[in-house]
Amino acid sequence: MNKTFLHDFHLKNNAKMVNFSGWEMPLNYGSQLDEHLKVRENVGMFDVSHMTVFEVFGKDAEEFLKKILSNDIAKIKTNGEAIYSLLLNEAGKILDDLIVYNLNEKYFIVSNCATKERDEEWLKENAMAFEVKVEHKEDFGIIAIQGPDVSDFFEKNIGASIVNLKNFECASHKGLIFARTGYTGEDGFEIIGNKEALLELWNEFNDAGVDPIGLGARDTLRIEAGLCLYGTDMNDKTHPYECNLGWTVDMNDKERHFIGKKSLMKIDPKKSKKLVGVVLEDKGILRAGYEISDGKSNGEILSGTFSPVLKKSIGFARVTSEFGSTGTVIIRNNALNVEIVSPRFIKKR
Amino acid sequence: MSDIPGDLKFLSSHEWARVNDDGTVTIGISDHAQSQLGDIVYVELPEIGKEVEFEGDTAIVESVKAASDVYSPISGEIVETNDAIEQEPEIINQSPFEEGWFFKIKPHNIDELSELLSPEEYSEICED
Repeated sequence: MNKTFLHDFHLKNNAKMVNFSGWEMPLNYGSQLDEHLKVRENVGMFDVSHMTVFEVFGKDAEEFLKKILSNDIAKIKTNGEAIYSLLLNEAGKILDDLIVYNLNEKYFIVSNCATKERDEEWLKENAMAFEVKVEHKEDFGIIAIQGPDVSDFFEKNIGASIVNLKNFECASHKGLIFARTGYTGEDGFEIIGNKEALLELWNEFNDAGVDPIGLGARDTLRIEAGLCLYGTDMNDKTHPYECNLGWTVDMNDKERHFIGKKSLMKIDPKKSKKLVGVVLEDKGILRAGYEISDGKSNGEILSGTFSPVLKKSIGFARVTSEFGSTGTVIIRNNALNVEIVSPRFIKKR
Repeated sequence: MSDIPGDLKFLSSHEWARVNDDGTVTIGISDHAQSQLGDIVYVELPEIGKEVEFEGDTAIVESVKAASDVYSPISGEIVETNDAIEQEPEIINQSPFEEGWFFKIKPHNIDELSELLSPEEYSEICED
């Protein structure tokens, strides 16, 4: 089992450790609900070093990324910006979702942990047609610090240059990449780089009173924020429009022939299935695989959980384009009432 | 792991049974079970008067993480359920062996309890 550089810290802090695609990671340090609310109301930090970092560099780096990403890397030509994108196959189906950071003439890709091998193979295979190198940064880790108090905290502990970063901007500081990105729906930063430097920073934050948050709370936070998870809400059988991710498909540049484009052009996004938010009006918990119906057509629950903020069960479902605004879900042979809403259950403040 | 009360008997699926003075049997889930489940956010309890079988699925407990069946360590009739845990499921996390009980059964055959695990036997399987 892989361990991150914070493994000892997790054990010392009574984390319940679980296997996340071959990585032993903290699920919670006691109560997932308390940790969730800490991030919504104050600030907390996550070890997400199980995620994969690739560095892309060389003369053709930009051309290569234009080819393999659904979103257009030209949008972040400016040094110090990041972009969310999908990695598609020729059929327009999703191989992974990722963030690309553009910093000091280099591109860094942060992608999922379970898809690491396939991504690496795919990137390296497609890189052969370009003058570009793709390198898996095994010596890198990632921590995230998230919550409404993060600006105040960084003001005191990190400095103005980082606090002034806007959403999806990044900068180099203390030899690390600081990016104003996250997976919780709150303000926050993800910090990427050398493990020793990250460990020092993590301990500094912890000494200053920032508590660690497990990956259990990270999951409920991202569901409340309407953020999809690869493997659950999207996979290599779904295309972006079925996952509410049409906005990551950029076809504005007619000269950009990215992988999957041809297949996606044959799809009418308005007629394709869509991903919606589901709120369970009755008591119970929505779980992946449950069937929902509006009386005319059926859909399936993808991510489903209990929302610690709304105090009821919420989830995502993939349904037909004309699916109604209310319906029922079958839980253990009972039909319970659901409301269909925007998947963004809570608004970013 | 916290101490397991000595008057309890267990199923290996982590339910406990306690015989009350009036001859009924109270059933709940163990401290180990609640800790494995994590924060409990929902329970579904049986109807009063329902007949349940030995090791039959009788209730449902859902944590943030997953849903699990609760099996009955004894056959009989449901005579009482714990309304408090329906309102505040976190009681099960806080007090699994006392306030967090699930239901009470009027047993058909109290001898079934002899098939259950003692606290010592049960704590051994939790160590694996």
